[in-house]
Amino acid sequence: MPELESASTISARALSRSFGSHVAVNDITLDLKRGEVLGLLGPNGAGKTTTMQMLTGNLAPSSGSISICGIDLFDEPIAAKARIGYLPEVPPLYRELTVDEYLILAAKLHRIPRASRADAISTAKRSCGLTDSGRKLIGTLSKGYQQRVGIAQAIVHRPDVVILDEPTIGLDPNQIREIRGLIRELGGAHSVILSTHILPEVEAVCDRVQIMHHGSIVYSDTIVALKQIHSGSTVLVGLRRPPPLAELAAVPGVALAESVEPMLFRVQFAQQQDATDALVKQAAALDWGLFQLNPAQNSLESVFVKLTRREENP
Amino acid sequence: MIFTIAGKELKSLFASPLAWAVLAVTQLIMGYWFVRLVEEFLDRQAQFIHLPNPPGVTEVVATQLFATTAGLFLFAVPILAMRLIAEERRNQTIVLLVSAPVSMTDIVVGKFLGILAFLLMIIGLIALMPFSLAGSTRLDYGLLASLILGLTLLAACFAAVSLFVSCLTAQPILAALGGFAILLGTLLIGAVAEEGLRVRAVLVPASLVRVLAPMKNFEAFGKGLLDTYAVACLLLLVMLFLLLAIRQLDARRLRG
Repeated sequence: MPELESASTISARALSRSFGSHVAVNDITLDLKRGEVLGLLGPNGAGKTTTMQMLTGNLAPSSGSISICGIDLFDEPIAAKARIGYLPEVPPLYRELTVDEYLILAAKLHRIPRASRADAISTAKRSCGLTDSGRKLIGTLSKGYQQRVGIAQAIVHRPDVVILDEPTIGLDPNQIREIRGLIRELGGAHSVILSTHILPEVEAVCDRVQIMHHGSIVYSDTIVALKQIHSGSTVLVGLRRPPPLAELAAVPGVALAESVEPMLFRVQFAQQQDATDALVKQAAALDWGLFQLNPAQNSLESVFVKLTRREENP
Repeated sequence: MIFTIAGKELKSLFASPLAWAVLAVTQLIMGYWFVRLVEEFLDRQAQFIHLPNPPGVTEVVATQLFATTAGLFLFAVPILAMRLIAEERRNQTIVLLVSAPVSMTDIVVGKFLGILAFLLMIIGLIALMPFSLAGSTRLDYGLLASLILGLTLLAACFAAVSLFVSCLTAQPILAALGGFAILLGTLLIGAVAEEGLRVRAVLVPASLVRVLAPMKNFEAFGKGLLDTYAVACLLLLVMLFLLLAIRQLDARRLRG
């Protein structure tokens, strides 16, 4: 039974959802292995939230199937939901309860036996940095702390799959670091699906990334593969006396040059070539006034922009 | 699981000023009304003596007191129940319940029991008023029990109707108004409950119309009459609206 095929925690097949004539999610397939952190990326309105609502049983798909740890979400919704922890875009917090009362409620709803309830709650509070906030009313907490309570609620029952919809929104940089650390930690024992707009976040915590656009998955690969493909292939060049773009593009080994700012250029090298050396020599020889040269780190950003912008302006 | 949700609902009710305000206002109105009724009874006691079968204090005071409470519930219950689902939808907290391993039935029945427990407290406090006379006179405990049972069933009806309307909207105020409108509608239906209702050419028999007239069914309890048909009608209405609420909540998952 469920223990046998525990390699895959979420398996969604041919999932579609339309609202009237508007197709929000179109035939997506999603697989998540145990211990994997999957980043779900996409511009606003790409269908990320709709997908997550379907995976957590909050929204019925128009067609397709979802199974959680081998349990069909539609045949046995209660058994399947017991294995999911979900933090929606708006954390589902009762402002009139204290943090402790709220987490006790979440623990009861997720059928944590009375004996282990206190342990589960204190563990969740510790993970989310809420140890000292137990007796505070949720309504009086800051946005960042409310977000933490939302995450604590999603992990209190140690689910197999944790689904987080933009978990770091509204947090300060320190809290973002902590939450990212927490997500990485969760990835050890649980599977995590994370939706976000923040690209460095995906590179920092995810094992795999899927980009959604107009309801379809347009890109799916591991972060490692992504980094390998794009590492060192693009540099940012700052020139005080820039030549025409064509001249920059004509440097041996350069495939493409584009202007980012008046004096800043993104230069893409041809396949398997490193033209940095040639670029520096040329700049010195022709007195372009080179003042900046750094490898572009935003490989994911370039993929994201390429995939999601091209289709918008065909 | 049902009791977890019911407990949470009760806790939330007591955390809101609205519930306290409703409690305070009902106590104030009903307390004043009770004193008036007792005074009136004392004034008329002299006349009653000449009657061959004079009405007792329970019959005069308690029956009127409970009937007035029933009228008050017509307004109070929709207001108390308006937030049950509507507010959870507006604040998007319903996601916590729907994502948890609980069924829609658990959610609806849990919420219903939560609000019913609160209404039982109001009923209990009001029942204490006639009981306070127990030291000085003989009360008709049979009639009191029948009144308490009747009012409880009526409150359950009102709560189920209001809970269903609360599932229809994300605006609590709208839910309160809608619940109030439906309850007023059942009052109108009650007016024709004796004759039966003619819809186009079809005559709906009076026995069927009575199912939709909870106030009418409540009247029987005021006579100290435990009419099983009235009990069945009230319970049927509760179940009907709870079922509708469950279906409505489930439909939202399908519709989005």
